[in-house]
Amino acid sequence: MNPPATVRDIRDTVRGRSRSASEVCRTALDRLEAVEPSLHAFNTITRAQALARAAEIDGAFDRWRDQPLVGVPIALKDNLCTKGVRTTASSRMLEAYLPPYDATVVAKLEAAGAIVIGKTNCDEFAMGSSNENSAFGPAHNPWALDRTPGGSSGGSAAAVAAGITPLAFGSDTGGSIRQPAAMCGVVGLKPTYGRVSRYGLIAFGSSLDQIGPLTRTVHDAALTLGVIAGADEADATSVPEAVPDYAAALTGDLRGTRVGVPARLLEQGVDPEVAGAFEASLATLASRGATLVDMDLPHARYATAVYYLVATAEASSNLARYDGVRYGYRDDGGHDTLHMMYARTRERGFGPEVKRRIMLGTYVLSAGYYEAYYLKAQQVRTLILRDYEQAFERADVVAMPTSPVPAFTLGERIADPLQMYLGDVFTVSANLTGLPAISVPCGFTRGQLPIGLQLTGRRFDEATLLRIADAYERDTDWWKQAPAR
Amino acid sequence: MAPGTFLCMLAFAMAVFTREQVHAIAALANLELDEAEIELFTRQLGDILAYADEVQKVDTRGIPPTASVLTRYPADRPDRVRPSLSPQEALANAPDPAPDSQAKPGGLFRVPRVIG
Repeated sequence: MNPPATVRDIRDTVRGRSRSASEVCRTALDRLEAVEPSLHAFNTITRAQALARAAEIDGAFDRWRDQPLVGVPIALKDNLCTKGVRTTASSRMLEAYLPPYDATVVAKLEAAGAIVIGKTNCDEFAMGSSNENSAFGPAHNPWALDRTPGGSSGGSAAAVAAGITPLAFGSDTGGSIRQPAAMCGVVGLKPTYGRVSRYGLIAFGSSLDQIGPLTRTVHDAALTLGVIAGADEADATSVPEAVPDYAAALTGDLRGTRVGVPARLLEQGVDPEVAGAFEASLATLASRGATLVDMDLPHARYATAVYYLVATAEASSNLARYDGVRYGYRDDGGHDTLHMMYARTRERGFGPEVKRRIMLGTYVLSAGYYEAYYLKAQQVRTLILRDYEQAFERADVVAMPTSPVPAFTLGERIADPLQMYLGDVFTVSANLTGLPAISVPCGFTRGQLPIGLQLTGRRFDEATLLRIADAYERDTDWWKQAPAR
Repeated sequence: MAPGTFLCMLAFAMAVFTREQVHAIAALANLELDEAEIELFTRQLGDILAYADEVQKVDTRGIPPTASVLTRYPADRPDRVRPSLSPQEALANAPDPAPDSQAKPGGLFRVPRVIG
């Protein structure tokens, strides 16, 4: 069985006119409708708009031919605003929300010739690691339908793994692109904080959030990053760093490359099959000429605690805007006062995990606890940053498993939020430090569940990160495997 | 032991939540939790904070806090008028909009009584 087509395959097929954008789009929509009943990867399917856009591209082909994503069907996580297309963040609060504008990444992708076929399922407001916090029910893992696809961008990872679209987008606040990518056997890239505009991304943790692609290959991630990267006046945290030709950086050469391995951090709590695949991936990198460097990140073990203090504080502040006044759900209980309307609306509009995080965030920011929790967490964040700065004096990337465990069974962890949070141990540091990180497929368990290798790179040096990930991919064929159809 | 240290230790030892605390936080957060949620969150928030208390082990004397990882880039730009949403677009998602009329030009967001 051939693996599903890549972004590059499809783009070149459309560009060479062996298939029209409309034919490609119809194939993707048919595939989506065939597998969606078992995956529940999508909240909204934009069939009519997608076919209309494909026809527009076919009709004015000379104008579109040279665009980097011409005719490529894509899926967007449902927390990216799409003008006039329902954008829910998988929350009752925004169940009927029609954004009056497009997110900057959406505008850039459409200008590059991509065709949006739908909005993907995710954890509510991107809060979760299993997609089970979606108000509309969980997505399922294409490799094992009784298992979670990971989260929060679970629907996007499932869409790529199931061969619906070669490219989907997620947001990553604590691992929400990389962890589902690992659990679904695809590539997931979180760019450097500031590399991609967050304008039009429904905010969760504003100092941590970043948008990025999920793809089948590192090359496709590189190609896509070139399309969405760059400063944007509408997002003051996007920065005017030069955007290199990422695809051109993929030389396959690892000579002189140093890969840092924080062995002590990996001593505890890693599933033996994940640990085995990780060790084997290090050997593969070394065999291509990379040098393995043993290193210590002494404060990384506090990253999960720091993350859940910082992220919930930011979330409680960001989600204060959902008050039933300007947009979104309002409880229509005939309230005596404005305050009662706020409290009932928020009680009924938010799901349990969102409420839990708002509560925790409100607490750590409240008078008397701010210094002990929020400020303390921000200080430890500084120490984690310094650990990584020192690490990058001796290494070009830091390697870890993406997730300590493969995809778990739906329902297995939902009753114990702390247990769920602890699974984010290897991914949250990249958000706290703002560093770019990628997950690439690096093996399977005996039960045929995908395993991901995570590489973290230097700030704004996605080119090196992608070069190393691509070189690894060239020596392996995990990425070519696809779940049974 | 410095006088503040004991108080700090006391605060951390109290990371176990009471129902009253959960009620108070819910009020701050504008959430009207039901009894089952109060009970659940009292336990779960206690568990999570007990874990998060790990950070107290780290010596952070003299360490500045990091609120944002971007400090080298000025966010200033010239202030100039650009297109923005029309009143009609701004009201399009409102749960209870008052439409444009002579009495309310441009329309309004309607809310329940503010002063009880």
